[in-house]
Amino acid sequence: MTTTAEPATPVSEIGRARTRKEDARLITGRTRWTDNITLNGMLHAAMVRSPVAHGRITSIDVSEAKKMPGVVAVFTGADLDSEQSGLPCAWPINAEATPPRHVSIAVDKVNFAGEIIAVVVARSAAEARDAVDAVEFDIEPLEPVIDLNDALTDRTVIHSELGTNKWVTFPFDSVAAGATSGPSADEVIAAAENDPDSVVVTRTWRQQRLIPAFMEPRSVVVDPTGEQLTVWSSTQIPHVLRTMLGVTLGLPEHKLRVIAPDVGGGFGGKLQVIPEEILTILVANKLRRPVKWTETRSESLVSGHHGRDQIQTVTIAAKKDGTFTALKFDFIADMGAYFGLFTPAVPVFGAFIGPAVYKFPAYKAVFTDVFTNKTPTDAYRGAGRPEATFAVERIVDELAAVLGRDPMDLRKQNWIKNTEFPYTNAGGLTYDSGNYEAATEKALELFDYEGLRREQEERRRNNDPVQLGIGISVFTEMCGLAPSRLLGALGAGAGGWEHAAIRMLPTGKVEVVTGSSAHGQGHETAWSQIVADKLGVPFEDVEVLHGDTQVSPKGMDTYGSRSLPVGGTAVVKCAEKVIEKAKKVAAHLLEADESDIDFAAGRFSVRGTDKGITIQEVVFATFLSHNFPEGVEPSLDSEYTFDPENFSFPHGTHLAAIEVDTETGKVHLRKYVCVDDIGSVVNPLIAEGQIHGGLAQGIAQALYEEANYDEQGTLVNGTFVDYTLPSAADLPSFITDRTETPATTNPLGVKGVGEAGTIASTPAIVNGVLDAIRHLGVEHVEMPCTAQRVWRAIQEAEQQGGAQ
Amino acid sequence: MIPAKFDYVKPASLADAVAALQQAGDDAKIIAGGQSLLPVLRLRMAAPSVVVDLGGIAELKGIREDGDKVVIGAMTPYYDILRDDLVKQHLTLLAQAVATVADNQVRHRGTLGGALAHADPAGDLGAPALVLDAEMVITGPGGTRTVAAADFFQGLFSTALGEADILTEIRFPKFTGWRTHYEKFNRTAQAWSMVAVGVALKIDGGTISEARVGLTNMGDRPLRATAVEQALVGQQATADVAKAAAAHAAEGTAAPSDADAAADYREHLARVLTGRAVLAAAG
Repeated sequence: MTTTAEPATPVSEIGRARTRKEDARLITGRTRWTDNITLNGMLHAAMVRSPVAHGRITSIDVSEAKKMPGVVAVFTGADLDSEQSGLPCAWPINAEATPPRHVSIAVDKVNFAGEIIAVVVARSAAEARDAVDAVEFDIEPLEPVIDLNDALTDRTVIHSELGTNKWVTFPFDSVAAGATSGPSADEVIAAAENDPDSVVVTRTWRQQRLIPAFMEPRSVVVDPTGEQLTVWSSTQIPHVLRTMLGVTLGLPEHKLRVIAPDVGGGFGGKLQVIPEEILTILVANKLRRPVKWTETRSESLVSGHHGRDQIQTVTIAAKKDGTFTALKFDFIADMGAYFGLFTPAVPVFGAFIGPAVYKFPAYKAVFTDVFTNKTPTDAYRGAGRPEATFAVERIVDELAAVLGRDPMDLRKQNWIKNTEFPYTNAGGLTYDSGNYEAATEKALELFDYEGLRREQEERRRNNDPVQLGIGISVFTEMCGLAPSRLLGALGAGAGGWEHAAIRMLPTGKVEVVTGSSAHGQGHETAWSQIVADKLGVPFEDVEVLHGDTQVSPKGMDTYGSRSLPVGGTAVVKCAEKVIEKAKKVAAHLLEADESDIDFAAGRFSVRGTDKGITIQEVVFATFLSHNFPEGVEPSLDSEYTFDPENFSFPHGTHLAAIEVDTETGKVHLRKYVCVDDIGSVVNPLIAEGQIHGGLAQGIAQALYEEANYDEQGTLVNGTFVDYTLPSAADLPSFITDRTETPATTNPLGVKGVGEAGTIASTPAIVNGVLDAIRHLGVEHVEMPCTAQRVWRAIQEAEQQGGAQ
Repeated sequence: MIPAKFDYVKPASLADAVAALQQAGDDAKIIAGGQSLLPVLRLRMAAPSVVVDLGGIAELKGIREDGDKVVIGAMTPYYDILRDDLVKQHLTLLAQAVATVADNQVRHRGTLGGALAHADPAGDLGAPALVLDAEMVITGPGGTRTVAAADFFQGLFSTALGEADILTEIRFPKFTGWRTHYEKFNRTAQAWSMVAVGVALKIDGGTISEARVGLTNMGDRPLRATAVEQALVGQQATADVAKAAAAHAAEGTAAPSDADAAADYREHLARVLTGRAVLAAAG
């Protein structure tokens, strides 16, 4: 036997399933969460919140609270109004009107239960909390506006300056947008209604209101020192926050330092400039003392922004042979009482991705944004895309039922074929790549689709009390927010680029600065892997710095599954610049022409010779600069700002086997298979973790979560006892796999993974529930599909005589 | 999530604990495992001036045999009950119910006595205590007395315990050889019961000679489903018998309505779950 000695090739870091280097400190909590920060002389703020959803403040008496032990000051809206300005909305969608002023502290009127009406500052958090109860106030209740359709009647108008509760009706029409030619969706649907060879299916359902439920409560620490103001905040957006504080409060940006230390989750819930940040800054500045505010969980659930909350009317038209001819969305979206950073834009994100994986020759989407007396809504994992994906994937199943078709066959008939990419969808997005066939084939095999269909048949035949349903969701989404020019064209108040910098330290170690600050995603590990590969240095030699505007001066932060496709690309481009610079130095040191220098695996070599020098040696030579090429800057440090040319489009096929106990209505998720195509993968372990967490949240929308308001506008399930979140004990072991169709729009070939699981899974579950009980005559069950709702749906269908 | 200010005492003896409670009057709260009390304090739904911790009284913890009884100290955590051989042998229904309580962390802290004294109708220990004819041993200013489970539960979060009374131990007759099952229905795996049914059957030669059925969260206190019990006695434990008997499960109940389940749905669940519990118990 002979063995051949292979040349030692370094293991590629990209693609390696490394465990996360940040986890030890995050899991043990031995790190800097904002609430762990304590400064000399620091005071504690606590908020007094309105229990009334809609009312006029007729009196606030803080005299007793001021006498409470440890209390330093109490402020009301009247005290702070001249300085508080208004909270920013970066994307109002409507150019015709001015958004209602979003005050951080109410002055004379409250518009949702949970709105701040006074701020107590005391020496300890406990004393501040005690004094909250001593603030006396009267709020004269006004009629609360809770229901979306009721809000549209303008029976009671919340913001009198607008004169209506309706903010905007945003229409997208594929013909007007130039995305399709031929008749419009309205025309196609009207014609199809009178065409015996066509079918039109219309359904109306709700997207319930959800609470982001991040693990770490929000916290803010403000330290005014000299002219400098330092703000620590548990936020996803330290850079955006810094700029917004400059714009809204008029604080000089160069005197402002914002730090997002380790942040314990956000899911979009910390993609916000919050009233408590503004108020903590205002009171710290007034008192010239450091002040901390940390929310309680009860506060968090009523005051942190919520997500979803839409009434969706969805229409699909098709030929009787199953060919889709038009899709139409008519969504009413609940803004809540005020606009947050992206509130009115969130539903509209769904407009472009609405046609999903399908070839619709006509498409229309109309979004009506409405104010109510509830907690403001804004981005929540997926932001607009879960809503649109639910609508299209549910209506395709309804159409399949009407046509008597296998829902997967119907999808295959209408989806964009692998050979048809790049493909411009009816929403005007150009999908660069995709292979729905490959992902679906793999998913069907892992799932045993045919076997489960047989079992379903058998259970139906035997009238088994436990019925089986198969839920399908073939989805795509838009990630990598976002090309700046496109954002500008859509009226957004910001660009979509991302920044990175690389600092080469004299000893050969590397500092990577990223504007995309992680709040649990594992950037430190993934970015280190990228840089280790690109510079040929050991993984352990790379440190990733982020989240502090003094260290990382530029960034557009973390949301919209943008970090890797945009921020990761900036890191790659930056590393390329380092190598480019180092090549000049290496050529000089090796006494060779730059064009003869090759770089691989951390070593510069002269082509065709054994002469070479390591990158660490080049770095040290640069540090010394004793022997350096003429006219070259003695630094390898580089920075790069990357603006994507397009979104990226992950896709995948998700399949759920759902058992419904028809005697109790209980839904049991027996098996979940997903095959996602997120392009190339930097760290498969992190990617899988994102999928798992995303699935849990999407499944939770389908089966567990709902923020419930009573008629008075009180959030009735405002604790984690009542707001039902599933745990690992409620979910099966997910069967996950991937296909890899690299994105063509970035050098890593990556697409983004943070939201995929959430976007895809909700319709898969609800489709599965319906598939289990449709033969009993049930056409829809509102989310969350609780046992009681499912049971009642079966009872009602039985009373109406079962399946028609 | 910051409780109002309170004093905390941790007496080392029962007598000291009773004295501490007497001194504080109606403004004291006992803490056992704290799994229900702490959330209530943190949400400021209660603001006692004194919290009396029973954790320092060694005699309140442990499980022992006393003739034909199994005696469980009120401060015995669920976790210890689950692992105890006497319980496994003589009180299978108790073990089955305890196993459904919340999660492992809660089961390490929460105690049997704490749960019974708290008397949450959605708690899982009341119905088994009722079914298993538990006797509550109570020590107060007037000495020690024993109250039957049937008389102990007096309403929503309300029991026979007076202001300065302490539940010290729970005495169970042995149900050796009985066939039992606790069927719990909840929204998530670790949530309180929406409805639950505890069943204990004595089966001789295939015939049910004695039947005891308890209901969780079908009223303001744990209930016995006596009509079901009567319908089962003298019958074979078949599916038809179970179903026919279970049809009586909601009789005499006063199920609550809330966002998760209206009363009529709870009544329906009680019938379905009772049928299942009887069959599961009969094996």
